[in-house]
Amino acid sequence: MITVSHVSKRYPGGYEALRNVSLRVEPGEMVFVTGHSGAGKSTLLKLVGGIERPSSGSVVINGKNITSMGRASLPFLRRNFGFIFQDHKLLFDRSVYSNAALPLIISGFPRREIARRVRAALDKVGLLDRERARPVALSGGEQQRLCIARAIVNRPAILLADEPTGNLDAAYAAEIITMFKAFNQVGVTVVIATHDVAMIDELGARTVQLDHGAIAS
Amino acid sequence: MSWIFAHFDALRDSMRRLLQQPFATALNVAVFGIALALPCGFYIALDNVARFSRELTSEPQLSLFLTVNADASDVKAVEQRLTRHPAVLEFRFVDRSTALKDLKRASGMSDVLSELESNPLPHAFVVAGRSADPDLLEALRDEASRWPKVEHVQLDSEWARKLDAALKIGRMLVTLLGVLLSFALVAVTFNTIRLQILTRHDEIEVSKLIGATNHFIRRPFLYLGGLQGLLGGFGAWLIVAIAVRMLNHELASFGGLFGMSPSLGHMTLQQITVLMALAALIGWLGAWMSVSRHLWHMDPR
Repeated sequence: MITVSHVSKRYPGGYEALRNVSLRVEPGEMVFVTGHSGAGKSTLLKLVGGIERPSSGSVVINGKNITSMGRASLPFLRRNFGFIFQDHKLLFDRSVYSNAALPLIISGFPRREIARRVRAALDKVGLLDRERARPVALSGGEQQRLCIARAIVNRPAILLADEPTGNLDAAYAAEIITMFKAFNQVGVTVVIATHDVAMIDELGARTVQLDHGAIAS
Repeated sequence: MSWIFAHFDALRDSMRRLLQQPFATALNVAVFGIALALPCGFYIALDNVARFSRELTSEPQLSLFLTVNADASDVKAVEQRLTRHPAVLEFRFVDRSTALKDLKRASGMSDVLSELESNPLPHAFVVAGRSADPDLLEALRDEASRWPKVEHVQLDSEWARKLDAALKIGRMLVTLLGVLLSFALVAVTFNTIRLQILTRHDEIEVSKLIGATNHFIRRPFLYLGGLQGLLGGFGAWLIVAIAVRMLNHELASFGGLFGMSPSLGHMTLQQITVLMALAALIGWLGAWMSVSRHLWHMDPR
């Protein structure tokens, strides 16, 4: 499903975030990418999601090489993913409902279908009764769950989550991870970048460790 | 079908944003309106002058003045030449004493004119040419001025032709002014839309990250620019229409003194349509440039 081959990413200024990284994720797999901060976890996720382009090497998603993909095709590629961003990227000028609806509006779904899917997604993350609230009024855990609702509303085949338990206490974090497990069980491929090693040990899921931009294990 | 709704949504969103900031919107529309009203107003003024001069030049008329000492036989000779001449359609003799009487009556200067010892006016012929072709009329003028006892031949439409040449230059200047102001308005829109983009930066960024095409992101801004331009074009038309109305009011009282009723024509429906379309296009273009520049910086490399 995801094949990363010999990928390097050098940023302008010479900083090398990834060095010769190769990684294969099978359909329906759940993979954790770990490593210290600055190890290149976020960069790897961005390359997989078509948000950034590698300096060398290739990324193949569903048999399509996205490294050579034109600018105009990238938006359609990104619609295959559910992104959970490290900094949430929620829009604070609109309601919980509108935030979750954004991917569907972008994809041009009819209004009725949007309403149905948004409510289903909000229900899954337990925010159905908060749909009129503004994101500011939500707790940290609730904001994270709204991000997840927005990521799954499109019913993507692949979920990419960058530090989804970043600033949450243990109870909230466990709740979030349980959600990801549930999505994975219904066939969604999940890639999670995290530095929270304790959480992974419990799950016994596959782990890829990055160290200074290279794969350590 | 969904793309129609997408456009409709973008349009509604743009209208909402315009109404949300009524003061800023009004100022932008005013800038558009005033900047476009200038070339439009000048254009309409030139149009009116052109119409006026066309009305005059449509009569191919020459005035033929004899020398003051010409007598009845001289008049007869000229009359015969005119009768035979192929370029002359018809002519009318204006006797010098009749001319003086007319002048006294029309000018209201009868007291002054009565003081004169002798009639200063010559005999004259008003000649209508067979066609309005200026070359033909000029040839007739040149020929007639060489006839004996003919002092001066005046082509009445000549000043109108000179005016026409001046109008051409005027039109060119108006076009130049219009083009320059259009560029300025594109620049103004570029900046106002840039401000809108900056306040909505987060929304654009997130949308792009989760798969929005550039078209999707551009759309509401294009509508915003286009709508602003359209409103500005309407404003320009309003300014010109009010100006023409006010001028006509003044002209009516002014013209009344001379027993005439001059009036300026308003913009035609076609002209208004062109104005509105151009204004919308200017706004659209400025918005397009602004968003495209912003998006270009956001694409991955």
